[in-house]
Amino acid sequence: MNEEEIKEIIFQLLKKIAPDTEPSTLKPDENIRETLNIDSFDSLQFIVALNKKTGIEIPEEDYGKIATLQALTAYIENKKT
Amino acid sequence: MIEFQMPNLGADMEAGTLIEWKKKPGDTVHRGDIIAEVETQKGLIEIEVFDEGTIEELLIQEGTKVPVGTVMALIDPSAAVLETKKEKTTSEKPIALQPIEEKTTVFSIKASPLARRIAAENHIDLSQIKGTGEDGVITKDDVEQALATQKEQVPKGDKFPPDDAKTLAQIEAVRKAIAAAMSKSKREIPHYYLEKKIDVTKSTDWLIAKNKEKSVQELLLPVVLLIKATAKALTDFPELNAVWQNGLQLKKEIHIGFVVSLRNGGIIVPAIHNADLKSLDEIMADLNDIIPRARALKLRSSELSDATITVTNIGDGGADTIFGVIYPPQVAIIGFGNISEQPFAEKGMLGIRTSTFATLAGDHRATDGLTGSRFLVALNNHLQNPEAL
Repeated sequence: MNEEEIKEIIFQLLKKIAPDTEPSTLKPDENIRETLNIDSFDSLQFIVALNKKTGIEIPEEDYGKIATLQALTAYIENKKT
Repeated sequence: MIEFQMPNLGADMEAGTLIEWKKKPGDTVHRGDIIAEVETQKGLIEIEVFDEGTIEELLIQEGTKVPVGTVMALIDPSAAVLETKKEKTTSEKPIALQPIEEKTTVFSIKASPLARRIAAENHIDLSQIKGTGEDGVITKDDVEQALATQKEQVPKGDKFPPDDAKTLAQIEAVRKAIAAAMSKSKREIPHYYLEKKIDVTKSTDWLIAKNKEKSVQELLLPVVLLIKATAKALTDFPELNAVWQNGLQLKKEIHIGFVVSLRNGGIIVPAIHNADLKSLDEIMADLNDIIPRARALKLRSSELSDATITVTNIGDGGADTIFGVIYPPQVAIIGFGNISEQPFAEKGMLGIRTSTFATLAGDHRATDGLTGSRFLVALNNHLQNPEAL
């Protein structure tokens, strides 16, 4: 999975959770939850969906490391390799 | 003979439109079965039946707008007494339908159940459609044709794309329902407000440790602890788990109405049934089930009408304190602000603790501040013992 493919998956899953938003317009350093108005329940749904799609488990203590698109993409890339 | 009535799905609800019967005369029904689908301000709701028996007669035609409390069907509780009861029923006229606007026009429209359903879901007025089926019955194709035409007619460059027409109507309906209920609340209920800062360090630490043993699908959110602690504290304060209807009426079961915010604005408050008797995992499973359905406006009648108290939770990153408005006829609402680090003084020491501000808005006709205060203390105590929740 390259960076573009990871982003594509992230956008797709975010769109499912927040259908009224356009995740692909997220700036790399914007806080995803704040920008797309995602609450803790939906945030958990996203992590579950990401796990199903990629097999990556994100432990709770790492939630702080995936707040922005850039950070989340890097986190997944890192876990995948 | 049991009379099945249009249920009241909220303080603000006056009527609902029967979209489809899910049972027909002669069918056996059991408690909890879905008998009909009704369109309300809170979406398309599956109406459950709370009796056992055989459907004797369906009194309301699909497509009719029915006031709350109207008898919609007759259910025979026992086949054995069918014969004797039957005569009595035919001589007894069902409660007259109190016609309200739209009723006469909608009543005479012939349309297939599927057509009605699609029309209702898309807020299409059946009276504006010409039926092409047998005897002029409106078919699914007719409604879909009307839907396609309606979409084409939405001017380009409009603020909202045509696909959002349905969503817009729903947002408006939900807004109206909230406006009605909250106005009634502030008009009739003398609220009193209390707040307590609660140290939830123990609870959140315990939860983090617990979650480490779980797979990602089984993870618990902190709000589950707050809901369970509220339910447990309520067992000692039954006067807060009650409704005000010609005086205070205590409710035996604790059904917590949980405020779910909708993505396009508005809220909906489905009930978590018997929250005091459920484990944390069961409450989380309930949330996983009802939150997505609440957001899709696809709830069951019992989930909309059974709540005995409300819990509203701001969630992380939000405001520190929320003072709720009581959802009538309930008599209290519990609010939890953002869970954050706060300075906490205890036994002459100052420390930083993970905390939340819990609030209670109570109906002063039903209880006094002392009861509310004792409740918040009990809630605090339960949150200091998460392993017992």
